[in-house]
Amino acid sequence: MTDTALANPPTIVPFLKFGADGAPYLEGQQCADCGEIYTTERMACSKCFSRKPFKAVRLPTTGELYTFSIVHRSYPGIKVPFVSATVDLDGACSLKGTLIEVEPDPNHVKTGMKVEVVFRELEHKNKEGRTYVSYFFRPRQA
Amino acid sequence: MSEDVYVLGVDMIKFGRFPHRTIDGLGAEAALLALDDAGLGIKDMQALYLGNVGHVTQFVGQKILQQIGQTGIPVVNCTNACASGATAFREAYLAVKSGEFDLVLAVGVEQMGKGLLGNAGGGDDGIPREGLLGSRLMPALFAEVGIEHSRKYGTKPEHFAKVSVKNHHHSTLNPKAMYQIETPLEEVMGAEMIAYPNTKLMCSVNVDGSAAAVIASAKKARELGMGRAVRVRASALTSDRFTQRDLTLPDFNTCTRDAAKIAYEKAGIGPQDINLVELHDCFATAEIVHYENLGLCGEGEAGAFIDSGATWLGGKVPVNVSGGLLSKGHPLGATGIANIYEVATHLRGEAGARQVEGARLGLTHVLGLGQACAVHVLEKV
Repeated sequence: MTDTALANPPTIVPFLKFGADGAPYLEGQQCADCGEIYTTERMACSKCFSRKPFKAVRLPTTGELYTFSIVHRSYPGIKVPFVSATVDLDGACSLKGTLIEVEPDPNHVKTGMKVEVVFRELEHKNKEGRTYVSYFFRPRQA
Repeated sequence: MSEDVYVLGVDMIKFGRFPHRTIDGLGAEAALLALDDAGLGIKDMQALYLGNVGHVTQFVGQKILQQIGQTGIPVVNCTNACASGATAFREAYLAVKSGEFDLVLAVGVEQMGKGLLGNAGGGDDGIPREGLLGSRLMPALFAEVGIEHSRKYGTKPEHFAKVSVKNHHHSTLNPKAMYQIETPLEEVMGAEMIAYPNTKLMCSVNVDGSAAAVIASAKKARELGMGRAVRVRASALTSDRFTQRDLTLPDFNTCTRDAAKIAYEKAGIGPQDINLVELHDCFATAEIVHYENLGLCGEGEAGAFIDSGATWLGGKVPVNVSGGLLSKGHPLGATGIANIYEVATHLRGEAGARQVEGARLGLTHVLGLGQACAVHVLEKV
């Protein structure tokens, strides 16, 4: 086990990675032929069927809110309301996530609004007592 | 070219909650109703196609035969999410169309609990993804599709809510619907918010239910009598081809458009020829987008279309006169065949108080999240 592996906290999705400096980022898999970007691994490109090896790319941290819903009823134990968001990352793929730091109200959440990707520690810890990290969206700060 | 295929018998049980019954008992009841409707028995059936989601690994089709007659015929248990029943119907249709069989039975059945459908997405770490990575629950997914329509065309929450007003009204005329209760617009919009813009009255009802159909070759239909037969003019089934956001937000639109295009081409007709539609109103937002996906109105016109009353009973093209999934109820595996029952009943002129007058051509549509979209066109003989 390397020092880096020890230093990096557990994540909620496998495509959340940490740079050499320990800073989190999201990693996409880009098709070598058509350039389509995915957040999960696959045998061939869903779009153009190319079997060439995918290239790991850093996903941008800025994007636009494509569509959303404000969830008021969910499973027991899930805090509501929250904003379920589908975001188009600038020049990359779209990504599902939760939009935070905004009133969960249709008067405040608007399609087309500029958002950014942020990383937050969760309340959850793994067996070693280490805190999980996930990504969220928030309205883009000026 | 192969010969036409006919529905000779079709029926459904009244949808409801039957926690103390067995899945095979529910399915068997619809199977016998459909056989009775056709004036046939299980001994006449050459194959059984079964649609189900929740119990599909339990040989539901075979268990139904154990209840109504073990003839040793081939049984295929189909699962395709909310399109499972329609998939079973289509497999039955294809088996007859191919010339392999002359008489087959398709059954759809589901026994469901109450509550939200979807996946909380907990991994090995036991942490639910729901709420952390947005929502994967059905109300939110279909709400996002509605908001996408609002973004493109300015569709308002009222437009979506009007779908529920209409379908709940229609269900008051359908004794086999789970509910027969009027829900005025204020009540729909004022109901508990589940996933904006879908309130509780804009979400389909989880119920238990079953439906079945007897499908026959032209030769057999002529032999047995065409009196109440309904012709299957087209059957189409699609999955989700690649589109820009499908892997992030399931694209319910493209697979529906693809299936509708195939079905209209196979039937040699256009949407303007259709007299009634049973479409997949799992949420009120879904019905609005499917007006355009099925070509019932132009792009961006769905809001004005519901406002115009065109999709009410008595309108230009009545949609979900059964009450739809919103009020008739949505037992996943049964829904696709229950839709066939509804349209066939109108084509036979037997729909009573909710009869669409002069109906000659009807369309059914279901959509399984994943995605599977089935469209059938039925014609009065």
